[in-house]
Amino acid sequence: MRIRDLSPAEFRQRLTGDGIRLAAGPFQCRLHSGIPDIADELARLYAHHPLVDSKAFTDFHVSVQPGRGMRRWLAPQARFVVDAVEPFTPLPRNQALPMLEWGLNWCITAYSHHILVIHAASVARNGRAAILPAPPGSGKSTLCAALVNRGWRLLSDELTLIRLDTGQIMGLARPVNLKNASIDIIRAYAPDAFLTRPILDTTKGTVALMAPDQASVEAVDEWADPAWMILPRYRAGAEAALSPMGSGAAFLQLADNAMNYHVMGARGFDAVGGLVDRCRNYRFEYSRLDDAIAVFERLAGEAA
Amino acid sequence: MNLLLNAYRRPDSISLLDERQWDLLVRQARHANLLGRLFLRLQAAGVEDKIPERPHNHLLSGAVMAGEQRHAIRREARYLQEALAPAGIPVILLKGAAYVAAGLPAAQGRLFSDVDILLPKARLADAESALQLKGWVSTATDAYDQRYYRQWMHELPAMRHVFRGSALDVHHTILPPTSRLKPDASLLIEASVELGKDLPGIRTLALPDLILHSACHLFHEGEPNNLLRDLTDLDLLLRHLARDDAAWDELIERAARLQLGAPLRLALRYCHSLLETPVPGRVQARTGCLLSGNWVQRLRDAMYARVLRPQHPSTADALTPLARRALYIRAHWLRMPPHLLAYHLAHKAILPARQETHPLSTEKIELAAGAKKAA
Repeated sequence: MRIRDLSPAEFRQRLTGDGIRLAAGPFQCRLHSGIPDIADELARLYAHHPLVDSKAFTDFHVSVQPGRGMRRWLAPQARFVVDAVEPFTPLPRNQALPMLEWGLNWCITAYSHHILVIHAASVARNGRAAILPAPPGSGKSTLCAALVNRGWRLLSDELTLIRLDTGQIMGLARPVNLKNASIDIIRAYAPDAFLTRPILDTTKGTVALMAPDQASVEAVDEWADPAWMILPRYRAGAEAALSPMGSGAAFLQLADNAMNYHVMGARGFDAVGGLVDRCRNYRFEYSRLDDAIAVFERLAGEAA
Repeated sequence: MNLLLNAYRRPDSISLLDERQWDLLVRQARHANLLGRLFLRLQAAGVEDKIPERPHNHLLSGAVMAGEQRHAIRREARYLQEALAPAGIPVILLKGAAYVAAGLPAAQGRLFSDVDILLPKARLADAESALQLKGWVSTATDAYDQRYYRQWMHELPAMRHVFRGSALDVHHTILPPTSRLKPDASLLIEASVELGKDLPGIRTLALPDLILHSACHLFHEGEPNNLLRDLTDLDLLLRHLARDDAAWDELIERAARLQLGAPLRLALRYCHSLLETPVPGRVQARTGCLLSGNWVQRLRDAMYARVLRPQHPSTADALTPLARRALYIRAHWLRMPPHLLAYHLAHKAILPARQETHPLSTEKIELAAGAKKAA
């Protein structure tokens, strides 16, 4: 059974009751909310994710709750709670939905050192994956959203998970985090995709979450082989162009974006080294999404 | 339901757990800061292959985190030595950092948030300037906290390194000078031992003193989150000490010399009852650690039974909040004379310590660390 099989009323009831138990790639999560307003959009974002039995092991028990005391009504707040612990400063209540998403990202990052967790988007075609590590503002999420609306499979928008044994990428297929101008760009580029209402004035500016497509979610358990590491940079007016990156620079790029590299010691070093060896490493400049997609199509057509 | 203690005491019993119990066990272990230690214990007992994949991921992650801290702590010890050597002050490590540097069994899976060092009170000012010169800065920001530490406590306000972010506690003794018990810190410094060749010049307290300090800490601490973790430290330290039977007598005599018989007695009592730490008959007789005792002792047992659990909602009962409150009051009662206690609690009631939280960010995760406020 998948989230889409629940009626809106049932979804809301579970969300505010015992919690929605769902699988996002390798993780089983229990999402709870004391703020019912997020229910409808959350149900759309996770429509295709499978429900998990209530007797199953849960990796992360997360919740967003209204502020305490006066902060329930006066400049109302949302609090993120993971298993009775509140690691963050509350946010304004209208940010409850992204807070739940970002909080879940934090759980994965803070609690998963059996895998390498890279701050990067990743997408796959025919079992081969492109990793897009990039600083905020580089257009990584925009490019990722465009690719998954043109036939690429979404592995992850924010966190790329690398298995240490096979070196493969485990997908998450969770919502894509779009910021500022990219919200309207993707709306125009992929009118069929579901985007939440924009949420203004977050620390990242205006954000909207885009639902992953059904095919990506349903294929999420097929691990992909890393084939390309591509560092994207949006520059107004630029022609879409790949330029090869040396393996030293590629290593530093990945290690710098690996959230738990400093925790994993030698195993982290080996994992990053393995990735650099397996991937063709590029810098990529672009301005028009269609041109960017064409470049990725060419890559996908190349022999492994 | 205390699944954590069961699994810790009886590693074999984990083969009977169902998925929901595994779920709870991992949560309890995370709350008690014992994920890594539990993993290593199950591994050592040869039952790692009985751990299902998902809980295995979490337990392993805890052990990986602790493993990396071992390197970080050893590195940090060398930086401290570099900073303090010009002032002629030796680095004497305490608690977790000492276990790690000395390679004691109590280092296994140990997570901690700071390095603790001990130095003579007369050298405190020199040490503080030497550390500041190398980038450690004081984290207590308000005047009350600064004064609280400098006037009444056994340590400086917590320091933090500006670049590495690592936290440091500088102690001049192991209990606040206002405490009812007054161990003589110069005896501790005198008996400290130099570590072997891979950390030359760096010292730790001697094993009996490490045990007594841990016992002191456990029973003067007002904040229960790490108490069960600390009790497992004590268990591992005592089992290590017990390799030499005569060391028990030295421990008891040392406790008497340092006026720390009472905390030792409680440490032995709760280690034995909760973790089955073997305590030889003559040690039981000399310390009276297992006697059922009067109503005060029974009340204390009831309180510790509740705070020496993983502080997770699943192990709490109706009396847990009361026990936590009582622990807080008791800890302060032991640390301050009544007039000071009244003044301090009044100040904290009017201006409570702000809860330390962090802005939500998906940038680099920090190894656990938190600025310390006057408790």
